Amino acid sequence: VMYCNGFPSEERRVRANDREYNEKFQYASNCIMTSKYNIITFLPVNLFEQFQEVANTYFLFLLILQLIPQISSLSWFTTIVPLALVLSITAVKDATDDYFRHKSDNQVNNRQSQVLIRGSLQNEKWMNVRVGDIIKLENNQFVAADLLLLSSSEPHGLCYIETAELDGETNMKVRQSVSVTSELGDPNNLASFDGEVVCEPPNNKLDRFCGTLYWRDKKYTLTNQNMLLRGCVLRNTEACYGLVIFAGPDTKLMQNSGRTKFKRTSIDRLMNTLVLWIFGFLVCMGVILAVGNAVWEREVGSLFQSYLPWDPPVDNFLFSAFLSFWSYVIILNTVVPISLYVSVEVIRLGHSYFINWDQQMFCSQCNTAAEARTTTLNEELGQVEYIFSDKTGTLTQNIMSFNKCSINGQTYGEVTDPLGPQPKRLDFTPFNPLADPDFCFYDDTLLESVKVGDLHTHEFFRLLSLCHTVMSEEKSEGELVYKAQSPDEGALVTAARNFGFVFRSRTPGTITTIEMGRPVTYTLLAILDFNNIRKRMSVIVRNPEGKIRLYCKGADTVLLERLHPCNHELMNITSDHLNEYAADGLRTLALAYRDLSEDEWEAWSASHRCADKATDCREDRLAAAYEQIEQDMMLLGATAIEDKLQEGVPETIAVLSLANIKIWVLTGDKQETAVNIGYSCKMLTDDMTEVFIISGHTVQSVRQELRSEHLQCPPPPPPPPPPPPSNLMDNISGEFALIINGHSLAHALEADMETEFVSTACACKAVICCRVTPLQKAQVVELIKKHKKAVTLAIGDGANDVSMIKSAHIGVGISGQEGIQAVLASDYSFSQFRFLQRLLLVHGRWSYLRMCRFLCYFFYKNFAFTMVHFWFGFFCGFSAQTVYDQYFITLYNIVYTSLPVLAMGIFDQDVPDQRSLEYPKLYEPGQLNLLFNKKEFFICIAQGIYTSVVLFFVPYAVLSDATQSNGVPLADYQTFAVTTATALVIVVSVQITLDTGFWTVINHVFVWGSLGSYFTIMFALHSQTLFRIFPNQFHFVGSAQSTLLQPVVWLTIALATAICIVPVLAFRFLKLDLKPQLSDTVRYTQLVRQKKRKPGRLGARGGSRRSGYAFAHQEGFGELITSGKNMRLSSLALATFASRHSSSWIDTLRRKKHTHAHTPPSASGECSPAPSCVSGSVPPLSNSSSVLGGSQDTPIEEETGAAAPAQSMQIVPASSTQTTPALAPDSESAAPQGPAQALNAGVLSSSAVRCHGGDSPGGWTLTLGTVQVSCLL
Amino acid sequence: MMASSYNAKDEDGHITVSGPGGGTLRSKKPENTAFKQQRLPAWQPILTAGTVLPAFFIIGLIFIPIGIGLYVTSNNIKEFEIDYTGVDMSSPCFNCSQNFSWNSTRPCTCTIPFYLDQPYENNVFMYYGLSNFYQNHRRYVKSRDDSQLNGDLESLMKPSKECEPYAYHENKPIAPCGAIANSMFNGEPVSCCAHQTHSSFHLYLICLFTSLADTLELFYNDPNGTKIQIPMTATGIAWWTDKHVKFRNPTDNANLTAVFQGTTKPVNWRRPVYELDTDPQNNGFINEDFIVWMRTAALPTFRKLYRIIPKKNSMVPTLLRGNYTLEVVYNYPVRSFEGRKRMILSTISWMGGKNPFLGIAYITVGSVCFFLGVVLLIIHHKYGNRNNSADIAN
Repeated sequence: VMYCNGFPSEERRVRANDREYNEKFQYASNCIMTSKYNIITFLPVNLFEQFQEVANTYFLFLLILQLIPQISSLSWFTTIVPLALVLSITAVKDATDDYFRHKSDNQVNNRQSQVLIRGSLQNEKWMNVRVGDIIKLENNQFVAADLLLLSSSEPHGLCYIETAELDGETNMKVRQSVSVTSELGDPNNLASFDGEVVCEPPNNKLDRFCGTLYWRDKKYTLTNQNMLLRGCVLRNTEACYGLVIFAGPDTKLMQNSGRTKFKRTSIDRLMNTLVLWIFGFLVCMGVILAVGNAVWEREVGSLFQSYLPWDPPVDNFLFSAFLSFWSYVIILNTVVPISLYVSVEVIRLGHSYFINWDQQMFCSQCNTAAEARTTTLNEELGQVEYIFSDKTGTLTQNIMSFNKCSINGQTYGEVTDPLGPQPKRLDFTPFNPLADPDFCFYDDTLLESVKVGDLHTHEFFRLLSLCHTVMSEEKSEGELVYKAQSPDEGALVTAARNFGFVFRSRTPGTITTIEMGRPVTYTLLAILDFNNIRKRMSVIVRNPEGKIRLYCKGADTVLLERLHPCNHELMNITSDHLNEYAADGLRTLALAYRDLSEDEWEAWSASHRCADKATDCREDRLAAAYEQIEQDMMLLGATAIEDKLQEGVPETIAVLSLANIKIWVLTGDKQETAVNIGYSCKMLTDDMTEVFIISGHTVQSVRQELRSEHLQCPPPPPPPPPPPPSNLMDNISGEFALIINGHSLAHALEADMETEFVSTACACKAVICCRVTPLQKAQVVELIKKHKKAVTLAIGDGANDVSMIKSAHIGVGISGQEGIQAVLASDYSFSQFRFLQRLLLVHGRWSYLRMCRFLCYFFYKNFAFTMVHFWFGFFCGFSAQTVYDQYFITLYNIVYTSLPVLAMGIFDQDVPDQRSLEYPKLYEPGQLNLLFNKKEFFICIAQGIYTSVVLFFVPYAVLSDATQSNGVPLADYQTFAVTTATALVIVVSVQITLDTGFWTVINHVFVWGSLGSYFTIMFALHSQTLFRIFPNQFHFVGSAQSTLLQPVVWLTIALATAICIVPVLAFRFLKLDLKPQLSDTVRYTQLVRQKKRKPGRLGARGGSRRSGYAFAHQEGFGELITSGKNMRLSSLALATFASRHSSSWIDTLRRKKHTHAHTPPSASGECSPAPSCVSGSVPPLSNSSSVLGGSQDTPIEEETGAAAPAQSMQIVPASSTQTTPALAPDSESAAPQGPAQALNAGVLSSSAVRCHGGDSPGGWTLTLGTVQVSCLL
Repeated sequence: MMASSYNAKDEDGHITVSGPGGGTLRSKKPENTAFKQQRLPAWQPILTAGTVLPAFFIIGLIFIPIGIGLYVTSNNIKEFEIDYTGVDMSSPCFNCSQNFSWNSTRPCTCTIPFYLDQPYENNVFMYYGLSNFYQNHRRYVKSRDDSQLNGDLESLMKPSKECEPYAYHENKPIAPCGAIANSMFNGEPVSCCAHQTHSSFHLYLICLFTSLADTLELFYNDPNGTKIQIPMTATGIAWWTDKHVKFRNPTDNANLTAVFQGTTKPVNWRRPVYELDTDPQNNGFINEDFIVWMRTAALPTFRKLYRIIPKKNSMVPTLLRGNYTLEVVYNYPVRSFEGRKRMILSTISWMGGKNPFLGIAYITVGSVCFFLGVVLLIIHHKYGNRNNSADIAN
């Protein structure tokens, strides 16, 4: 509702069960057509599309030129054969694609769905469903069209859908019908339903819908919450009924399927530039020859007219020259043959298949092979300079394991002897039948401690089993499945479960656990839910004995300062433990409890209720209320959770950075978590001179932070980086890392600070951006693209990475647990981050190398081939006479020389794959674009032109006076043509044997086969048989045998070959002998080995702490649990919430917006029998208020909703100042005092920034110090 | 390239997360074949000193002897050349070249004496050479109808468009059509000679000027003063395939006159094609002089085989040392376009005629290779990175 400020002019009206009415509007039917052609339209449409390609049109233009007899210097077929070949290959590919589209269209269109027609349910094909129909959906069915949910088998008109196909999120979402229609349970009632929906026209916004339902003279507001979109799957809902609003092409799914942005590689762009240059060159040649023609026709041709008159329309030498220009354009066009583009595509396709086939990029656990989803980018993989990586699910597995804990000053979970035998995994089953068999823990002292009944240990695990928002599901007796909102929480609860404190089930008001085999039910009094500011959560429970206790877990920075003073000693010990854990890269939480008396509880409860009901600043008030009770707590201990890195991540990062690829981590995670991961995957090391942290909230502060760090950096490379910046950069950037926060990034990305940010960031070895929005991820990528002219690669797995994946040159999707959205948007996909090194260093490198070699050779061979005509022009009166037989011209590019170069382009290898990984520096030529650039291009061209000179003038010199052994002169045109052509084919074949570095059977077959085919085809074309059939087409009859039988001809060919090849050979040998490219490799081999042998340093960074309440990026389920709304749900429905962590925090904000937009009273009044101590407002799934409260009362807080992100940002400083004003001075002193004291710096930073930001330079420096300390820790 | 991103397949849920029933999923593991894993056995040549330097020496060692052989052979070939264009005032043919007019019916003959300072053994080949004559011009090259020349009756009456503007003359198809045929250089002196004794002046004229072409006659001036005509054969001067495959008379009928009924001769010709020779095996399209002319030259300066002076016996040289006279019936105008006409006498070896370039080129290239080999060897020893191969092997 909130967006609906009046509908645009074309609103859509749909009346239920009234086909005649709806037909008036001629809405699209539900038949979808993704295919582009049918049998009749295929040829014209496809040809039309193909001729939109410039190259094809160009060749068509040439073809037309050739049809003009005065111009035609070649037969029409020399162009039409390659063109037809190219067009037909493309057409076949398009036709195949379209056939499969037809097939899938048919399959989709013919799916059955149950439509309510005249009061009874009938099976209809999907394509026959009309707008306004009411259809019935059953569990696990695909939604056939965009439906308005009318009623469902579940209470409150709820139903659950999975939207993986639509937006890639695998979690379930809840939809709810408008309450009036939810009562229309059965078909009979629905048949008489005649409501009319007025809504927005079709659009592609997946997350919004606005419309109004008019029924029985009442208006009901409709939102996206009421819609089931096509492409979703109904889950955990027996059945539901929906009214078709949008069908077929109008559905949001189809509206979203635009054409993807076509990415081009830098080689592509270079190639296009070069092709343009070549066209320029072609025109120059044409002009030179045309001028020559003019001169010749004037000086000689006009006198020669008695033997050779001008063609009828030609009456003067200028006109003749004009025609000759076009004739030469036709002849010389082979410098850019049409086969170039086709060959490039074929090569890339081949490389893509190699990627798909690579076993070493196959993940057997998830049965996923790597996939090149785009076939046009492969060589760019060999040029990547910047990698932008998501964290969760990409670097990490997003699997948390309970690794260590500290209970009452005693640490558990240490593996005592790292050199000793592999410690035994604890077996919990004999002790606890409800234990999770997958749980791993190695330290049996903890288990002993539980068994002996240590009170602290028991309380520790009791806390873990109570203080969370996990939901449990018991599929069968004893088989518990936890649905946790974040994997951290799941890990903690599972740990408690295995150590005998099993969380079994919960109701809105109770939590049932089994403690040491004994069922206990606690009364849940309140959940003080997590949020990003509080960084902690608490529950208040009453145990069976009636005692009230608050259990709290949270970030140590927050929690330790809220402890009772008597905990001081324990706090120090625990704090040391926390430091140790953090040093190991573990995510830590501190746990504490507080006993509450009945009075305290009552008093607080009242104040809480009051805060809860407040209409203004409700969140602030609630926070204050929470703050009030979470004081004077008793420390229990701390947990350490390992955020498991994906396999091989540190190694991959090490190898990639050795390859001079800069890795930026862009994550929505908190700074601490991100830094943590940065250390554990060895992006950040303690050897680094400086880790800059930028977390300013204002433009000025960010600018100052950037500047101050800029100063600390050694002078950055001069603004226009010199061509070999890499070595330079290495020296400078070795020791710095930059960590920047989302809000600072927003400022840093502003136009005036961009360059500063880029230069600072690029001087750093590692850059981590935390708390970034999906949009910012894309902006960062765009920034580097804009300023660095480097190839960027973005890798991610979630829907929040899509924008980044799309905007980077290369997008890689990790097919992980977060749905397929990223994969669908990506160019390459695989399932493990570590495959990236193989993709880049092996496949990318090879692709680049092959493509470069291919292009060099391709241009060379065509210049060698074509330029002969240029030289011949000077001897044939510039008449555009070709040197070769026209068949040779036709076949040269598509038969005689295509396959060897293709084989080289597809199969060539300079070093085996292991070596590429062993010596990552081998990757550098790609980044510096050394193998094919303008210089290389000119070298190829020069070589080609040299070859053409040799190929023309050697036969010229030899043959002009030579005769056959029977006295017949050899200088006739046909002999000359055959000699030159043969010499050409041989020379380019020899050249490719030199260029090919990896001679497989295929190369042999192709090279020898091409030579063989040349001779075979030539003899065939010059044979008597063909001549007898078409005497006018095969003028060269007999030329082959009479020419090639002459020793002089062979001597000429050998001479030409030697003259062409010897200099090349000498040059290559010199280059290899004096400046071997692999010499670098050797140096770096040692480097890599040293680095690998270097022991992973641990504990060296004493006392630094990277802890975090990392388990949630969003609020928990507190309200939902206590509201009791979900409790009736079938257990599977919980999955909705369980995987909600996967959505980005933008979604969180959006959800917040939702909660803001609804007024609490209606919710509590309607359906919540739960205790009144609800911490938040109404859960997101309820918008029934709009139904109850009439039509127009809901959009109240539209503005507030939109401003929600800003608001929540503002709260940060507000709350912290409120709570810790007295501590602010401490924070300033904390900086010099060293890390150990600065436990609270995390909180202080924000207040400090707010207090001093931009006020005075002095104030600023202090803040900076604080900020850095807090983050360095 | 142009695919839209949406594919109904995607909607179809084929990417469903492998659920409990996922055990039946077929493994998508790529096949472990050498081809697919890019592990095909391969030969990986590397340019090393061990391979490149010997190659240079070998090329040198092969090329130099070949070059010497070629050079010696070429030097042993005797060749004699006369330019009879008549550009100089002093040239015997100066008058003929000056007085030429297209419509002239008066023959112009000139006699050029020359001296052969060494005897020519074996078969001696007589060529005519033309300079600055663009037989390789595009419009010239294509101006022929191979089907007509191959004896196709339809093409005979309907010459190809390529022959324009020499396809039709006075509404009759030209046989042979096209610019090449029209500008044929050499005529058929034999028949003329046959008529030379004829009493009728009129006939004499007709016979002598049937073709716009030069005729070349060679006479040996015996030391005792007699002028002996050197016998020459006009057959065996064309490619076998041309004579027997490419060029055919419309029928094998001996009566060519009837066959060519309805066609007209090329504009510049004085005689129709069926009167080129009295010998039916050398008449019409299969006349070898005609065939030789029709095989267009690659370059504007060219020579074509005119006659073969067969050797008499192994004892006597074919052409003795001494004075000779070349009699030219000067018909073919070249002065207008600054062309030159030559007559060449040459002997032949296994590798053809005199061709000093090839030998010299081979010797040069061979020497350069050898020299390069030495230079590279020195460079390699002085500066070469000898660790190179060791590193690669590492």
